[in-house]
Amino acid sequence: MEALGERAWLLRLGEGIDAGCNRRVHALARHIREQAPAWLEDLIPAYASLAVVLRIDAVEARTQARDWLVACVESPQPPDEAIAEPVEVPVLYGGDAGPDLPAMAEALGLSVEGIIQRHANGDYLVAMLGFAPGFPYLLGLDPALAMPRLDSPRTSVPAGSVGIGGHQTGVYPRAGAGGWRLLGRTPLQLFDARREQPALLQPGDRVRFAPVDAGRFAELARSPGGIDAD
Amino acid sequence: MRIEVGRGGLLTTVQDLGRPGHAWLGVGRGGVADAYSARVANLLVGNREDAALLEITLSGPALHFPAAARIALCGADIEATANDEALPGWRPVELPAGSTLSLGRCRRGARAYLAIAGGVVVPRVLGSAATDLRGGLGGLAGRALRKGDALETGAPSRSVPARHAPSIAAWSINPSPDIDFHASTVAGLLPGADACAPRDVLSRHAWQVDAGSDRQGLRLTGPAIALSAPCRRPSEPVMPGTIQCPPDGQPIILLADAQTVGGYPRIGHVAQADLPRLAQLRPGETLCFHDIDAEEAVALQRAQQARLARIELAIQARLAR
Repeated sequence: MEALGERAWLLRLGEGIDAGCNRRVHALARHIREQAPAWLEDLIPAYASLAVVLRIDAVEARTQARDWLVACVESPQPPDEAIAEPVEVPVLYGGDAGPDLPAMAEALGLSVEGIIQRHANGDYLVAMLGFAPGFPYLLGLDPALAMPRLDSPRTSVPAGSVGIGGHQTGVYPRAGAGGWRLLGRTPLQLFDARREQPALLQPGDRVRFAPVDAGRFAELARSPGGIDAD
Repeated sequence: MRIEVGRGGLLTTVQDLGRPGHAWLGVGRGGVADAYSARVANLLVGNREDAALLEITLSGPALHFPAAARIALCGADIEATANDEALPGWRPVELPAGSTLSLGRCRRGARAYLAIAGGVVVPRVLGSAATDLRGGLGGLAGRALRKGDALETGAPSRSVPARHAPSIAAWSINPSPDIDFHASTVAGLLPGADACAPRDVLSRHAWQVDAGSDRQGLRLTGPAIALSAPCRRPSEPVMPGTIQCPPDGQPIILLADAQTVGGYPRIGHVAQADLPRLAQLRPGETLCFHDIDAEEAVALQRAQQARLARIELAIQARLAR
């Protein structure tokens, strides 16, 4: 356990990035949320760690909170039940939607079609949401597709862009700067604070990418829940 | 009341004390960068301390008030006039109907807080009015104020009398020691996961605030920091106050708009009680660190809360007269 300053504790449940450890993180987060100790303000689940943030008017309880958290970690939680059906995320691969595909093909020694096939065949797990609202960090990328981030990040990445950064793949929920290699774009709006459930993908969800053509992309983008819907 | 925005200023946003509880969605707490000044500003106009108000960065907006209003300006020492009369900070001011409040540059400090009796009213997103610029949500459509915007305000807790000229309270709140632009800035430093080499490099040097600083992070320049051991870690949770060290060795102190997770080494954390003062640092200003332990940081926090509680009682006594 590590102190993130005087107001938060970081619990580390493992060192690497693996699905089993990540499930334990989310099970522990759910357990703590259910127990709702009076000093709790927020929980930040990550790949293999969980931060527990105290209310600013309850920082005096920090050592008491640490002892309580140690006891929580020592009594194992039943892992969250695996979701049987993956969430399908349609993706328009290549072209303007995936400007980095040709350079990736050259660097990885694969064809563009080969990269798309490997990426779309993956069975992914949402390890966490972070960096920006609703940004999913996905586990399960084919190691043959791992590529370092761009040397210089783009100042503007379109909303819905699907990218690869190192051994991770993810989707940018919103336009902004970003350094991941772009393969394609989904027409779905990943995060909308007005929805009852703002994030389309939740930690612990399984995800599959389904290739679509430009016509289907435009249709889905205009539909409710699409990036161009309003 | 519907306040018209004649000029947005450099970066003026609707803020409150933030939206905790949504970090698992990748949504940070956000909210005011200097919670001390914002709380006092709200208390001065009879608002709850978590009411929505404006955070003004370095250079302020021009606002037209169609009806009489009670306001307070706290935080940075900002040039402020209404109908050509200069308005001082840290006290309640009553403006007549039809006033134009013109806010100029911040003379000292970086962020001024304008509270308006009744509070700014915007749709609450995930329980908060705070503008999240990176997430594009909250406040006015998730963005800064600009010319032509209108700001709705709620009903004041006490009515504002009709006047012909601004009425400035003869008393004011002294924000020292929490916000004191005459004292040098020294932040309490707690250890992080990753040690520096030499170990005391942060507290040994004075650090300059870089112009690239924003609500997400206070970027510092000084001697390049080396780590005592190489660090390769997956992205892990971070907090406002976490000091990150990117590969260029120039530390970044995360502020209110801190992302929820980050992969850079964490070389320390500043005491939460020092975050308001850090949010007031301007590019080119100097910051020093001194080592403290968690118990001292808790004591600093408790003392600051106690000062705020005393200020609240003093304001209530004044306003009741």
